[in-house]
Amino acid sequence: MVNPTNTPSTGISGQDNPGGLSGWLYPQKNRMFILMTLAVIAMLIPLVSNNYGLEVMTNVWFYVMLCLGLNIVVGYAGLLDLGYAAFFAVGAYTTGILTSQFGVNFWLTIPVAVCVSACAGLIIGGPTLRLRSDYLAIVTLGFGEIVRIIARNLEITGGASGLIGIERPTIFGFQLNQIIHFYYVFLILAILACFVSYRLQHSRLGRAWQYVREDEDAAEAMGINRVAVKLYAYVIGAIFGGVAGCFFAAKMTAISPETFMFQQSVLILLGVVLGGMGKIPGVIIGAFALVLFPEVFRGLGSMRMLVFAVVMLIIMLYRPEGIWPAKKS
Amino acid sequence: MSIQDILLQQLANGLILGSFYALVALGYTMVYGIIKLLNFAHGDLYMLGSFVGFIILSFLSTYIGDGWAGILCSMVLSMIAVGLLGVLIQRIAYVPMLSAPRLSILITALAVSMVLYNGVMALTDGQYLAFPTDLSYEGFDLGNVFITNTQIILVGASFILMIVLYLFVHKTLYGKAMRAIAIDQDACRLMGINVNKIIALTFFIGTSLAAAAGIMAGTYYGSIHFFMGFVIGLKAFTAAVIGGIGSIPGAMLGGLLLGLLESFGTQIPFIGTEWKDVFSFSILILLLVFKPTGILGKTEIERM
Amino acid sequence: MALLEVNNLALSFAGLHVIKELDFSIEEGSIASLIGPNGAGKTSVFNCLTGFYKPTAGDIVFNGKSITRRKPHKITRQGMARTFQNLRLFKSMTVLENVMSGMHCRSSAGPVGAIFRTGFQQKEEATINEFSETCLDFVGLLGAKDRVASNLAYGDQRRVEWARALATQPKLLLLDEPAAGLNHDEKQQLIELINRIRDQLNITIFLIEHDMGLVMKVSEKITVIDYGEKIAQGNAEEIQSNPKVIEAYLGKEEDETA
Repeated sequence: MVNPTNTPSTGISGQDNPGGLSGWLYPQKNRMFILMTLAVIAMLIPLVSNNYGLEVMTNVWFYVMLCLGLNIVVGYAGLLDLGYAAFFAVGAYTTGILTSQFGVNFWLTIPVAVCVSACAGLIIGGPTLRLRSDYLAIVTLGFGEIVRIIARNLEITGGASGLIGIERPTIFGFQLNQIIHFYYVFLILAILACFVSYRLQHSRLGRAWQYVREDEDAAEAMGINRVAVKLYAYVIGAIFGGVAGCFFAAKMTAISPETFMFQQSVLILLGVVLGGMGKIPGVIIGAFALVLFPEVFRGLGSMRMLVFAVVMLIIMLYRPEGIWPAKKS
Repeated sequence: MSIQDILLQQLANGLILGSFYALVALGYTMVYGIIKLLNFAHGDLYMLGSFVGFIILSFLSTYIGDGWAGILCSMVLSMIAVGLLGVLIQRIAYVPMLSAPRLSILITALAVSMVLYNGVMALTDGQYLAFPTDLSYEGFDLGNVFITNTQIILVGASFILMIVLYLFVHKTLYGKAMRAIAIDQDACRLMGINVNKIIALTFFIGTSLAAAAGIMAGTYYGSIHFFMGFVIGLKAFTAAVIGGIGSIPGAMLGGLLLGLLESFGTQIPFIGTEWKDVFSFSILILLLVFKPTGILGKTEIERM
Repeated sequence: MALLEVNNLALSFAGLHVIKELDFSIEEGSIASLIGPNGAGKTSVFNCLTGFYKPTAGDIVFNGKSITRRKPHKITRQGMARTFQNLRLFKSMTVLENVMSGMHCRSSAGPVGAIFRTGFQQKEEATINEFSETCLDFVGLLGAKDRVASNLAYGDQRRVEWARALATQPKLLLLDEPAAGLNHDEKQQLIELINRIRDQLNITIFLIEHDMGLVMKVSEKITVIDYGEKIAQGNAEEIQSNPKVIEAYLGKEEDETA
């Protein structure tokens, strides 16, 4: 009955240790070692990779950030968001409009984008998060489409052709314009996203998300304001997407509404589901699979998304917890 | 054009759009009513209905032509084929998930939808296909407004389908079983109703109605595309919610209402066609937030 | 002054009157019970008190403040905790994490604290941990704190629910059929636990129960309802000899003899 092996320093205390791979993965010491090794490998990739490889890997880090952001909403709080690309769009367009049309410095657009995407999260989440989960899914889907249609029809967003000539950011007089620069920018973003996700997951708020996900009524009875807790998840997820969007705009220097179609939201969701909802390493693996798979199987052409869809269906039916092994027995 | 002409023209447009929405909305509402599942793949089954109809019609046209007889035959066959596919999807993807968390079953439904539209996209290379019909452009000339026979026949056909469905659900034993399962599945099992069979039947009917709408849309617009199910799926869901999800007359009413709202909405200054979708999605969001039970839906016990 | 006062409480669903003009009060520091035949509306009363149902009419005053139609989490915050008739644990989480949920409304660290692990946040986490362990210790489950809740025996899961409710630091604890599914020994422990909660923690207790032996043994005041209406109130002896209560439970005497 008693299981004394737990580390009191971590927020969540101890877990029933399963054997095998997942048993080896969870002790703190091993985990730190793996993380350091992975970080060093990630830092060194530019030394051995050509530009194509760097481009792909930059894309991977970019999707890691997006997937981790959506993971807060779907994985932690258990809310199905089918319009996540909208927040990504809000961030990208904020930076795009401010730099290309008002000449604002790129770095100043980030706090603006954070505010705008957080507000967008509040506006759409506030009234809708009390809805049943399937209604919420549809509302977010509709919201995602609304944002895209607005971007396509307004003049300030450049209409259907989008915005061009977005300024490349400079840092201490040094302009970021090579792919290798952006590789490191997105790597740092991805690491930051992991860090923030981890800290949130292992906190009072992270636990509250799990309570609400498991049993809303019981959570409410324990004094947890479920709407507020969900709103936190929704807004934090929106900020992740918004910030990712800023850097996306800076890297591409051009954005168009077609980048933020429904399929983009589904793709990000696929990354989250594939690796394992709610698990940071799982989500990272999901993002890798998302980006690397089409590169490796270029020959598949238009079959690519079909294969993805079938894989997603199989995962949901046979391994709903995703690729990454479950934590608790 | 006088104001009456514009209104009359929009009434005709709205009715035909609305009857497509209503047919697709019926499937959503029936499936939702009976197993509380939001079938994301429903819009794609509508799309698939038109593609299956396309194949059958291309094949049949050499034998019985591509007039109304051919369209009717291919519609019936496509309804059966796609209806069976709907049952298959239910068996493979939804039955194992019924006890899983809601999030999982929603994502599964989404995955089914992706499989369907990406499958059709891969097969058609994402091209538009011309629906192979040969219908005359005859119709009624009402001054400045011209209403084709095609429009009248399609609206008539969807009304016939809806009336048949209504009679089926309210006058037959199967319909009674469906309504009973929607209220209490376990009690029905105890009463000896073959619940699984009735649920499969519900999927069959709901899906085949969507397929019928798909063929009608193909006939009406003249071309079909793998992505045609996405927007109409969303719109039809809106229609189902407007009418009150779970309610069959509600879906019919909601579909017609949304069709009319949209076509009249395009005439309002500043809303224009490019904002049409924003208009209906906004209706959806506002409705879900303020009146999620819709017009004819039953008010659920108020819980906080 | 009474800790909880219910005046003219009424609840109806679509014309069906579940609770009709119910009045009762609970004194601070007492152990009170609500009994009645199946379907009498007992759990509905609980759901009204804790905010899960919105009563159609009436007023609920708790600790001097009206809590009618307030949201459940706010009511819990004001000091009313509950357990559920069917266990509602967070199944895949550990016992300790389950109990920690009760501390949520007594702590406040938000996302910024979580990301930067501020001193305040760390101190708060330590307090949450410590107090939750104290609650677990109180119900005798500290040894099982790291086990996944759903792996525990049924009786132990019940105790996790009580610890979780205690962690909200309530003034009033509502127990919905606490003895359901417990064996004889566990029921004895339950009686002892109920008394300890009241005597040591000074928490008022209000319970719904079918086990009359247990009800008669622990409660100081019993309210009996049938078809949503109060039919009797009093201490154990008064209730046991009340003809209306006997009638509600056993049917009319003519039926008995017929």
